[in-house]
Parts: sequence; structure tokens; C-alpha cells
Amino acid sequence: MTAHAPVLDVSDLHVSYGDLAILCGVTFSVGRGEGVVLLGANGSGKSTLLRAINGLAPATRGQVSLDGVPIIGARRATLRQARRQMGYVFQQFNLVPQLSAFQNVLFGVMGQRPLGILNCLGPVARSEDRERAMHCLDRVGLADRASHRPTELSGGQQQRVAIARMLMQQPSMVVADEPIASLDPKAGREVLDLLWRIVDDEGLSMLCTLHQLDLAREYGDRVIGLKAGKVLIDAAMDKIDTASLDTLYEGATPPEDAAHSSTAAA
Amino acid sequence: MSDQTPTIPRFRSPSPIAWILAVAFLAFFLQGLWAADMSLDRLQRGALNLARFLGQAMPPDFSNWYGIADAMWETLNIAIVGVTFGCLFSIPLAILAASNTSPNWVVRTIARLVIAVSRTIPDLIWALIFVVAVGLGPLAGILAIIMDTIGFAARFYSERFEEVQKGPSEALTSTGAGRLSVIMGGILPESFASMTATSLFSVEKAIRSAVTLGLVGAGGIGVELSTAMRLFRYDDAAAIILVVLVAVIGFEQLSSSIRKRVI
Repeated sequence: MTAHAPVLDVSDLHVSYGDLAILCGVTFSVGRGEGVVLLGANGSGKSTLLRAINGLAPATRGQVSLDGVPIIGARRATLRQARRQMGYVFQQFNLVPQLSAFQNVLFGVMGQRPLGILNCLGPVARSEDRERAMHCLDRVGLADRASHRPTELSGGQQQRVAIARMLMQQPSMVVADEPIASLDPKAGREVLDLLWRIVDDEGLSMLCTLHQLDLAREYGDRVIGLKAGKVLIDAAMDKIDTASLDTLYEGATPPEDAAHSSTAAA
Repeated sequence: MSDQTPTIPRFRSPSPIAWILAVAFLAFFLQGLWAADMSLDRLQRGALNLARFLGQAMPPDFSNWYGIADAMWETLNIAIVGVTFGCLFSIPLAILAASNTSPNWVVRTIARLVIAVSRTIPDLIWALIFVVAVGLGPLAGILAIIMDTIGFAARFYSERFEEVQKGPSEALTSTGAGRLSVIMGGILPESFASMTATSLFSVEKAIRSAVTLGLVGAGGIGVELSTAMRLFRYDDAAAIILVVLVAVIGFEQLSSSIRKRVI
């Protein structure tokens, strides 16, 4: 595979729930090591797009390929193989509340070990996995909280544990669904700093939805704007002005010609 | 409020269906009362018989204490062994029956049917069936308790699984983990406290059931009780009933204190 081959390739992706069309033909790709911010108003389909990329939401049409492997309509084993390459960071952290931070991080390799959970429970996991889980917690600055349950941690700390779980997975691509939307501004910035630093250090590709335009400008190399289930903007971050980004949040549904007035692809 | 808007009426006539149900209920109730042949005379005689029974039952006769203790021990054996297997079998059955963990609707429907059948058939009838199958004795009691526990525990386990928040299991799914791993890592830990409480309730229920199972010959203290009653040895019977009372209340206390600690 060449250096320019995209890690993630989304083409003509349609997702609908019953009669309600959420995504209506989304096409874009993310290159290796590229950091893309996904913007869009509430209900524009950002979360659904990320879920469909991971196969959590069923697509009605179109294709998603990860490292050249198509995953829509793929066999279960292929889909699981693709998921292993993709770290997912959720808005609500989604840690298992009854288990320690350490155990939650160990679960990152659940998909990669034979027998799944039986090989990544604290007492029976391989020594190298246990050491790496501690190392991942250390990278997010929470090694001293390894035995704490999520409920004993602050929101920012919980999201850092979730990032450690993602790191444990050793993915080639990270998908983050509003990773800081549940956090206060200060904790949010710290978490976003950490997430983006880890993504850079590991040379991972990143697709991250955000609500704050200023943060999007600061962190993203490229911006994709979604409006009413379609890609309205796809441009390098430094080539786009705030006015165009604002159009993403205007009106409930765009007029038919709105797509043509937006900035061209990068 | 504008003048045109009429006030909501104080009373509203119930719907015709509600009328029909009310009348049908009343008719059935009165017919039942009449069929039971309730008369003052019979109630009076009943009260006298009860007084005579109590008179003969007091004081309770504990002279056969060894036999009673032995039978009570067997009852506890039946309850604990039965409920342990019942709860263990309930876990996979509940996973197959819960809408968010079941592999498909065919399996789910079958699992729900199995649970519903074990719940709807009362424990005494299970005991009668198993006495026929494996003969008199504690084994029939254990099998009956297993079926009774499945009907109760599997249902509550599966309802609990369905209430578990989706997020953590979705996060584990997104790492490429298999279904069973996701269930064990994301759903079971969240259900654990509730499952413990349900299991303890099952034990309480099982001890109460195990007492009566002996009445149909499925082992335990019920055998002693039914013998004492048939031979009109009411003082022996009173001793047995007291022992049962103490055992059941004692265990309920124990189990509720464990439950408080877990939840």
C-alpha cells in the first residue's frame, strides 16, 4: 500500500432509520496520519456517520473501507478485524462502571486475543498486556488511579481512561465522537490536548467531531462539514473562513443550491 | 382562561368496557361467595375446630427433635442445591431470552417459552412430576426447585440485562470483541448486584417451597409434617411448624443483610 493510500475511505454512504434518512450519500477519505475535524449542527448526522464507519449503525447503501478492506456487508470476522484497527472515543466515555480503570483499559485488547474476555481479565491476562495497560494509563497520567472505579473519577479522568483503552487497542485510526462535549471547558481542553498529542505521537489518523469552532481550527488539519446528511464542506483548515463554517449551523435544512456555494475540496 | 372554555366535568362516565368488566367481576365474586357455602354456622364450627387443634398442639412436642432437625437439614439441602443449579442454568437462559443479548428472535422466543413454562407450572406440580420421574425423595425436590428457580431468576436476570445501558457494551463491540465477550465484559458486571439480589430472593423462595414439597413426597421436612398431621399428632406438627418458622425467618434476615451490603 502506498503512502498516499487513504486509511479510511467512505463512498456514497447512506444510512436511514425507517423512512428517516440520516446520511444521504457521504463521500470522503482520510489519509494516513491526517487529523480531520468533523463539524455539523445537531442532527446533521455526525454521530451516525462515525457509528456507520465502525459498523455500529447499519448502512443502507455505499461502502466504507479501512486500509482497503470493505466493511459494509462484510462477514462478521472481517468487520471485527477492521474494528480492531479503529479506536473509538465516545462522548459518554462508555467505561464499564463496576470495573477498575485498569480492567477497563485491559478490555482494549478484547478483540485481539483468542477467547476474548477470558484472556483479558485482570487475574489471567498475559503479563505483557498487563504491563502495557499500566503503561497506557501512565501515558494519560492516571497510573496512580489504576484500581479506581470510573465512578470515583472525574469526567475528564474517565475520558482519559477511555483514551488509554483506545491506546491499548493499538489502532491505526481513531474515531472520536464529541470527546469533550460532556466536560467543562478546562478539562475539555486538557483531554483534547492529550488525545491529539497521542494521535500525533503514534502517527494515527483521526476523525473527530467537535462543537467548538475555535478548537476545531486549532487542532484539525482538515475540516469536513456535514449538513442534513451531506458533506457541505471538505477543505484544509487554513483555507476556510469562519463565515463558511457558520453556514453549517444556519437553517434547519439547506436549500438545494447550498452545496454549490460552499468551498471546494482541499 | 377565556369565557368560552367549559370547565372540565367533575365526573366522567367510565367506558362501556369498564362497565362490562365491573359487572362481570361483581357477578363472579358473588357467585364464588355463594359457592363456598359461607354460613355463620360453619364459621362458628370452624373456629371451634381450630381452637381444639391449637389446644392439642400446645405445648409443641419436641421429643422427636433429632428427626425434625434431620428433616430440616434435608430441606435446606434441597433448597440450596436446587437454587444453585437453578441460578446457574438461569444465566445462559436469560442471555438467550434478553432482547439485547439473544442471537436471534427464534432462540429468544424459545428461551422465553421455556422460562414461562417453568414459571407458570407451580412448584408442587413440578414435584409431583419429578416424583413420578425419579421416585420419592430429595432428588425430586431438588429438580422441582431448579425448575421453579429458573422461572423466577431467569426472568429477572433477562429483564435486568435489557435495562443495562448500551454505551459500555457498544465500546467493547467497537474494539472488535466477540458477542459473548461483550456480554461477559459489559453486561454481566453491570447486572451483578441485581443478580445477587434476585438469587438471594430465589433462596428464600426455595426454602419456603422445599418445606411444602415434602407434602407430595419430594423429601424434606414436609414429609414429617404431613405424617404428623395425618396421625393427628398435632403437638408434633406444631414443633415442626415452629422449626420451619425459625429457619425461614432466620434465612430471610441473613439474606436481607447480605443484600444491603451488595447493593
